[in-house]
Amino acid sequence: MPTLANYLLASGILFAIGLGGVMLRRSIIIIFMGLEIMLNAANLSLVAFSRYGLVDGHQIFDAQVLVFFIITVAAAEVAVGLAIIVSLYRARQTTHVEDIDTLKF
Amino acid sequence: MQLSTIAWITLVIPLIAAALILLVTRANKPLAAGLAILSVLIAFIGSWFIFWHGVNADYLGFDWINLGKTFSIPFSLLIDPLSRTMFVVVTTVALLVFIYSIGYMRDEEGYSRYFAGLALFLFSMLGIVLANNLVMMYIFWELVGVSSYILIGHFYTKDSAADAAKQAFIVNRVGDFGFLLGILLFWISTGTFLISPLNSSAGLFVEHPGLLALACVLIFCGTVGKSSQFPLHVWLPNSMEGPTPVSSLLHAATMVAAGVFLLARIFPILSTSPQACEIVAWIGAISATGAGFIAIQQDDIKRILAYSTISQLGYMVAAAGLAVSAALPMFHLFTHAFFKCLLFLTAGSVIVGMHHEQNIWKMGGLMKKMPFTFLAYCCGMLALSGCPFFSGHYSKDLIMACSWEHHRAIFWVLVIGAALTPFYMTRQALVVFFGKPRSEHSEKAHESPWVMVVPMLLLAVPAVCAGYPVVKNFFFKDIGSLAEPEIPPYVDQVFLAAFLLGILGAFAIYRNVAKDPLRIPFFAQRFYLDDLYDWIVRVIQGGFARICSFVDRWFIDGILVRGSATLVWSIGFALRFLQLGNIQAYAFFFGAGVIGLIYLILNVR
Repeated sequence: MPTLANYLLASGILFAIGLGGVMLRRSIIIIFMGLEIMLNAANLSLVAFSRYGLVDGHQIFDAQVLVFFIITVAAAEVAVGLAIIVSLYRARQTTHVEDIDTLKF
Repeated sequence: MQLSTIAWITLVIPLIAAALILLVTRANKPLAAGLAILSVLIAFIGSWFIFWHGVNADYLGFDWINLGKTFSIPFSLLIDPLSRTMFVVVTTVALLVFIYSIGYMRDEEGYSRYFAGLALFLFSMLGIVLANNLVMMYIFWELVGVSSYILIGHFYTKDSAADAAKQAFIVNRVGDFGFLLGILLFWISTGTFLISPLNSSAGLFVEHPGLLALACVLIFCGTVGKSSQFPLHVWLPNSMEGPTPVSSLLHAATMVAAGVFLLARIFPILSTSPQACEIVAWIGAISATGAGFIAIQQDDIKRILAYSTISQLGYMVAAAGLAVSAALPMFHLFTHAFFKCLLFLTAGSVIVGMHHEQNIWKMGGLMKKMPFTFLAYCCGMLALSGCPFFSGHYSKDLIMACSWEHHRAIFWVLVIGAALTPFYMTRQALVVFFGKPRSEHSEKAHESPWVMVVPMLLLAVPAVCAGYPVVKNFFFKDIGSLAEPEIPPYVDQVFLAAFLLGILGAFAIYRNVAKDPLRIPFFAQRFYLDDLYDWIVRVIQGGFARICSFVDRWFIDGILVRGSATLVWSIGFALRFLQLGNIQAYAFFFGAGVIGLIYLILNVR
């Protein structure tokens, strides 16, 4: 039986992987994937806290229901994000962040 | 028609004429002149009608500003003996000057503009005469200033005319500022702007004679500016740059007379303040004699007359300062209006005959060539000099007799002035009309057209007889007493001696001379006062302006305005180096910021 610490560790590792992807990679698609990984890391820790945190000795499932909502909203967000990336590619023929610097002075 | 309607029509019709001339009939010269003369003719008839009826009334037009009892400024006309008399003087003189102008301005530029200016001038002056409160009077007072600016600067392409117009306006503003303060001071202490309650408010000042004197002197500042008294007299001689009929109107019945009229208007309250009267009388006496000294060394025919006007206005102001009766200055104003107007019209006639030469030392021998002008000139000149049986004699001697009774020092100053007047007038007459022609123009001089001669001859009649007791009683019996004071007989002989001394002195010096035998630079340079004012304006006011300009340019503009802009710009310049254009760098800053915030929340209490 894994403990809360195991779950949080897994969540932290996932978050770090996501953050590393966002910080270090140059392709917007990869950055976007990193963002999603970070989101899911947060979801994981939320569910874990919910599973192990007892209120008056009873389990409360509010957070686990909330996670479903988050996943739904994240799906919608991914749809929007990908659409932006596609139209950006159409405009610039690139998805590399170094090439998108028009706002720099 | 009701009298109030007539009064309002009389006031407004010159304004309507001015507007019509400027807006509609500008191109048509005879129509413009006709409209102006028609308007002044209507005003002339209306004023005599009102004078004949002899009503005393206060015709309310409308409440201009009404903020309760303490601050209410009506726009209404006050008809009383004083304004009735002034009313007919203004319109009568104006009528003759308007007609004369047809001839004088015949070949000049801006004919319609000129007549519109004259009509506006008449409107402003009538407003001063009829105003029933000081604020309304002040408004028309300024309108007179504006219209004098327009008319003096009529030949605005000439630098000297433009400068003279500017100077007249600005110097008047100096005096008007005091006038405004005086109005406000009177309002603060009595709570009214209306002339009649103000004049009966002497009781309010029993405890504060100093306040009353201050308020009166401040009002008097307006007179000093408008009536061209020392030390603000410099604009009047320079205003001779305007067309001669304008000078005539300006010096006789409008503008400069307004200042004396103002003194007569507030006379009941002014006469209760001995300190203010003392100042008024001395300013008047100094102007009367000082201007006389300057006049004996001037060479321009109109400037001599201008200084004589200052001198005569000095007599009127001094008369007001004697605190005898409001009729005393008004009587001299009345006679002066006619003979001074006449003198300017004859001077204009001479100038036209001389093809616009104004230096008297280029004239000479004009008596035979311009007989009517000479005749009219003699009437005006003798009246001005105070020759017995001419109008000026009656009014001026009455003032001096009163000054003998009330203020002996003023009397002697005025007697000196009275000796100077015949001196410089005889000098002018001898040089202009007698002797040999001194230039080509004076050999070819010719008499002026009848539109100029007829008004002159018409004016010569009142110039001679405006001072006779019949006329005096007719116009002045309601204004105040003009009784002869008790004076010893030798005082009368002093007057006569002063007159004869002036005439004979001038004969002795100026008979058959080719150029001026007297050279007194101090008088010829007008006591160096004009130079002093020039210096003040150039050095003191100019220096102050340069300091202001420096502060404005370097402190206000440099540090405050451009400094703050530069500060914002440089902060922006520094901050824009943070804009790397790298999305991951932004994410890094964002993350660093979040971590920093968390650190702050956890560790800083």
